[in-house]
Amino acid sequence: MVSAAPPLRIRCCGASGCRSAGSEALQQALEQAAAEIAAAGGAGAVPAIKPVGCLRLCGRGPLVAVDRADGGSELYGGLQPQQAKTLLQPQRQALASAAIATDHPFFSLQQPVVLENCGRVDPGSIDDAIAHGSYVQLRRVLEGVSPEQVREQVKRSGLRGRGGAGYPTGLKWDTVALQPPGPRTVVCNADEGDPGAFMDRSVLESDPHRLIEGMAIAAYAVGADQGYVYVRAEYPLAIARLRLALKQARARGLLGPQVAGSRFALQLEVRVGAGAYVCGEETALLASIQGQRGTPRPRPPFPAQHGLWGAPTLINNVETFSAVPAILRRGGDWYAAIGTASSRGTKVFALSGAVRHTGLVEVPMGTSLRTVVVEMGGGSPTGRAVKAVQTGGPSGGCIPAPLLDTPVDYESLLALGSMMGSGGMVVMDETTAMPEVAHHFMRFSRNESCGKCLPCRAGTVQLEQLLARFVERRARPDDLARLEELCTMVRCTSLCGLGQAAPNPVLSTLRHFRGEYEAACRDPAICEPHGACRLPAATSPGGEP
Amino acid sequence: MSVLTLTVDGQDVAVPEGATLLQALRAASASVPVLCHLDGLTPVGACRLCLVEIEGSTKLQPACTTPAAEGMAVRTSSAPLQQFRRMAVELFFAEGNHVCAFCVANGNCELQDVAVQVGMDHSRFPYQYPVRHVDASHPQFALDHHRCILCTRCVRVCDEIEGAHVWDVANRGSHCTIVAGLDQPWGEVEACTSCGKCVDVCPTGALFRKADSTAEKHPHRDRPELLRTAREQHRWHNQGGAKA
Repeated sequence: MVSAAPPLRIRCCGASGCRSAGSEALQQALEQAAAEIAAAGGAGAVPAIKPVGCLRLCGRGPLVAVDRADGGSELYGGLQPQQAKTLLQPQRQALASAAIATDHPFFSLQQPVVLENCGRVDPGSIDDAIAHGSYVQLRRVLEGVSPEQVREQVKRSGLRGRGGAGYPTGLKWDTVALQPPGPRTVVCNADEGDPGAFMDRSVLESDPHRLIEGMAIAAYAVGADQGYVYVRAEYPLAIARLRLALKQARARGLLGPQVAGSRFALQLEVRVGAGAYVCGEETALLASIQGQRGTPRPRPPFPAQHGLWGAPTLINNVETFSAVPAILRRGGDWYAAIGTASSRGTKVFALSGAVRHTGLVEVPMGTSLRTVVVEMGGGSPTGRAVKAVQTGGPSGGCIPAPLLDTPVDYESLLALGSMMGSGGMVVMDETTAMPEVAHHFMRFSRNESCGKCLPCRAGTVQLEQLLARFVERRARPDDLARLEELCTMVRCTSLCGLGQAAPNPVLSTLRHFRGEYEAACRDPAICEPHGACRLPAATSPGGEP
Repeated sequence: MSVLTLTVDGQDVAVPEGATLLQALRAASASVPVLCHLDGLTPVGACRLCLVEIEGSTKLQPACTTPAAEGMAVRTSSAPLQQFRRMAVELFFAEGNHVCAFCVANGNCELQDVAVQVGMDHSRFPYQYPVRHVDASHPQFALDHHRCILCTRCVRVCDEIEGAHVWDVANRGSHCTIVAGLDQPWGEVEACTSCGKCVDVCPTGALFRKADSTAEKHPHRDRPELLRTAREQHRWHNQGGAKA
C-alpha cells in the first residue's frame, strides 16, 4: 500500500456528495502543497492534482485517489485540508486510518460500463475526455456506420430503459426512426427525482461528455437534428458541468451544423426543470420543455410518434444514453452477455440508508440484492439486522430481508411488487416501521401530484390520511379494507405512471409486512371490553411479521 | 371515409375512422359518465369516469381520448369499473365543498347527476372541507372555488373557442386552483370578453351568473360543439339538418 516514491497524481472527487463534505477546500490545500513542492524544486516529480468526478463511496467523502508511480492506486476518505501535505509524501502511513481498502467487495464486485470513466476523467476538460476515448464512437459511426447498423447494435445489446419502466431501447429507437419523414428530436430525461437516487447526477457531474456522445449517436441513429437535456434545477453543479461540456463540444465541432466534419447536424441544449417531480414523466417533461404547465397527457399517441412540438421524439434517461458509447465500442453482443436473459448489461444503483458503505455501485443485472446490500454495502452500520430494501422510490416497494437473494432485474422486482425504478436503493433496518415508510412515500406522492386527474389528486390525500391512522395506531380493521380498495382504485385509474405507481409502497408493504398494519388496528368491539388490544404485540422487539 | 367496426358490451357498432371510443359508446347507446369531457372541446382524460376495459389490454383507457380501432372489444360496466366510478365520485365530493341544497346548480349539475347515476349517496372518505374562496369581482359572473372540480372545461373553452385564454390552472395536487389572468381577480382581467362561455360549460355551480339564485342556473353546455361545427364545417344548428 505504501511505496517509497511520491505519488504521481492525486484525483480529487468534485461531485456533489464529496463537495458537501469539503472536497473543494481539500483540493485547494492539495494544489497549494503541490505548488510548494514545485517551488522547493525537489528532484522528484511534482504530483499532479486532478479534479475528477465520483469515486463511488460517497459516504466517506471527501474522497481522493492517489495514483502511484508503480501503477497502483490508493483511496482515502474524510481527509482534512491540513493532511494534504502528508498525502503528497512518499510515506503516507500517517494517513492509514483514512485509507479505504479498494479490494473490498464494494469496489471489486463492480463492473463499470456507464461509470467506467467516472472518477478518472476531469469533467471540466474535453481534452481529458477525448484522451479517455470520448467521441471515438461518434466519429466512427459518422464516418461509415449507417443509422440502421447503429440501431442493430443497440437492439443486439438488449439494453432497456434505465429510467424505471425498462422499455427496450432499440425498439424505441426503431419506432422513432421509422416514423414518416420529417424532423425528429432526442430528449434526455435527467429529471432524476426519486428520493435516494443520485446515479444520473453523478454521471452528469463526472463524465458529461459520455452523455453528449451517447445522445449524438442516438440522434444520428433516429435522424434527429435537435436535442434537449432536461435537468432538474436541484442539480446546479450537474447543469454547470453539462453546459460547459456542451460549449466545449460545440467549439470542437462535435455539435452543431457539421458534427465532426460530417453532414450530420445536431443542436443540443439544456432545459432546466422548475421543481416538479411529475416532469420526469415523459409527456409532462415534453410539455415543460415546450414552456407549458408540466402535466402528463394520455398516451397513445406516444412521444415516439407525436412528441416535442408534434415531432417524433426519442426520450431516454441519462444512464441509457451513457451506455451507448460502450455498446458501440465493444459491440451489442458483448453487452448482452452481461446480466440475465431478460435484463442485459449493468445497472448503476445509488445505495443509501441503513448501510455501512453509501455510494454508487454499478453491477451486472441479476446480481442479488444480498450481494449489493450485505456484501458490497456491508449491511447495517449499527449491526442491526436489515429489514427491507426499498427500490424504485415512491413508485417502487419494499423487499423484505428473507427475499434478499432475489436477483436484481426488471421482472424479479416487479414480481415482488416493487420495481427497478431509476436505481435508488434505500436500506432499512429493523427499527423502521413499514406503515411509516408507506406514509412517507404517500406524502411525497401527494405533494408531487400535478392535480390533473382525480384519482391521484384526491386519492393520495385520502391515502395519506388513512395511512396516518396506521402510523398513529388508531386505525380500525375496516380501514385496512378501505386502504386496499383505494390503493387499487388509484393504481388502476390514474392518468400517468406516477399516479398508477403511487400506491406501490403501500401495496408492497401490505404484502410483505401485513402484520404491522394489522397490529396497528384497534377493533373497539374486541379490544376495549377486555381492556386489551393488539398494540403491545407490535411494540415488542424484533417485530418481524 | 373508412368505417371501423367494434363491439361495445357485446354489441356491434360502426363508427367513422378517427372517432373516439366515447363516440362508439354513444353509437351503441352505452352510457359512461363524463365530467371533464364536453363535445367541442379537446378531450383531456382527467376525470377518469369514462374509463373502459378493452379486451387484450391490461390498462383501463378513457373513452374520451382513446381512438376507436377496428375489432376492439370494449366493456363499459364491469363490477370493478362501477366500483371505481363510485369511488371517483366519492373523492370528488370529499375534496371540495359541495352543498347541493343552496347551490345555484342544484337540479342542473353534472356532478349531482353522476352521483345519482353511480348510486353514490354519501362519501365513505372523510370530507376535506378545504378553505377556498369566492371570486365575485366580475360584474356579471362569479366563481365559487368550493364547487370547482378542476375539469378545466372553462380553461379550454376560453382558450379554444373564445380565444381569450383568461383561465388556467395554478399550483399542483390538491392545491390546484383555477386562476383568472395572472392569478388576478376575474373582474380585473382585461382579456375577459364577458362572453359567459365558461359559465355555460361549467358542470357544477362553480361558475355562475350573479343574477341566478339557488337552483336557477341554466347552462348551455352544447355551445362549444355548436360553435365548433359552425366554424369548422359551416353547419349551423339553427338552419336545420345540423346534427349529423
